[in-house]
Amino acid sequence: MEVNITINGSEHASDVEPRTLLVDHIRRTVGLTGTHVGCDTTSCGACTVLMDGTPVKACTVLAAQADGSEVTTVEGLKGADGLHPIQSAFTDDHGLQCGFCTPGMMLVGASLIAENPDPSDDEVRWAISGNLCRCTGYINIVKAIQTAAARVAESSNGS
Amino acid sequence: MFPSRFDLVVAQTVAEAVEAKVDAGEGGRFLAGGQSLIPMMKMRVAFPETLIDINRIGGLDAIERANGHLRVGALVRHADVVASDATFGAVASAAPWVADPLVRNRGTMCGSVAHCDPEGDWNSVLFATGADVIAQGPGGERSISIADFVDGAFTSTLGEEELVVGLRIPVPSGRSGGAYLKLERKIGDYATVAVASHLELDDSGAISAAGLALTSVNPINTKVGDAEALMVGQQPSEELFAEAAELAAAAAEPRDDVRGTAAWKRQVVRTYTKRGLAAAAQQAEGS
Repeated sequence: MEVNITINGSEHASDVEPRTLLVDHIRRTVGLTGTHVGCDTTSCGACTVLMDGTPVKACTVLAAQADGSEVTTVEGLKGADGLHPIQSAFTDDHGLQCGFCTPGMMLVGASLIAENPDPSDDEVRWAISGNLCRCTGYINIVKAIQTAAARVAESSNGS
Repeated sequence: MFPSRFDLVVAQTVAEAVEAKVDAGEGGRFLAGGQSLIPMMKMRVAFPETLIDINRIGGLDAIERANGHLRVGALVRHADVVASDATFGAVASAAPWVADPLVRNRGTMCGSVAHCDPEGDWNSVLFATGADVIAQGPGGERSISIADFVDGAFTSTLGEEELVVGLRIPVPSGRSGGAYLKLERKIGDYATVAVASHLELDDSGAISAAGLALTSVNPINTKVGDAEALMVGQQPSEELFAEAAELAAAAAEPRDDVRGTAAWKRQVVRTYTKRGLAAAAQQAEGS
């Protein structure tokens, strides 16, 4: 069946089998491999993408269900003026070790700070509670998301 | 992993969805949030021949109060329940503990109810609050009390040609309170034990209605009818709730498993029942 999904601002029209999962569509058909497949059982959140701005587990959404929607993957975070604040904060605060969970963590973090400009430790931990880091690097992940929030708040105050 | 092959029907109206189900027969399944069904299809535990996607149907995404009820449409996601101002008591208390934030963004309350996972959270809340499931089939709409709806693990009395279009949860007119206390190993895991409680008080402060239900300690969500009957007409008290907790513990037949021993889980039922009822009473007294 024909699906038309806007991924990171570009329209992708493709003919997919109904059983194609959104994550496989993104990785194999569109060729964006930043979205990872971890557990493949709706537990780990490595496959997180934003669907119309809302974080979802792309291993548990059919590509057909995303027809007509706007999807943001980790590749879409970077803007014209460089890395997204969440990306530079993960770099600066060592928010990643092996990096496997990082795309999902950053997308959930970006979605959180878009709604909550000053999240507490508990709020960040609650927001990322559907994402697993098997390196257990949560302390710096939480720190990085808060750093990003503070930088976004600072730059919007300054402008 | 990926599901076995199926035909996808994207329904635009409830009537279209029901018609597609009639055509598909036994091999048809409705798809709402898909947070249980898609994993089951990927594991080839479920292999529908026809999947009827109801996500594009308009008008099913409202959660609102009308005529003394909280009405929850078939496309209301768990996250919508968390965010809603229309909820109360045990419903509001349970919503943030369903699955994890990402699953809550997709999964629906009605889908979870219809799925009848014996370890699901919502059916206990519906037992405690005395809710009805609204089903629509080719012959029209009917209302089924949750007690009549739940038939067993992953089994309901929903007709083969019916779609769950909503839930109707009675909103207490007087003072009321409720809680859903869930013990889980980590966010997103099934409950090790969970207890849903609901109390309504009359003008004298006595309990006029009581609801108590347990998750994950029996082959299906369990309504503790004898504890409910015991409490009605009584003044809320620590002693009364301790008695109710004994009845709840007696109604629980948990099993030893990776989440803990049966004896320990029964003790958690006792403790959570006392705490849940105390929290419900406190909320009712302050309301």
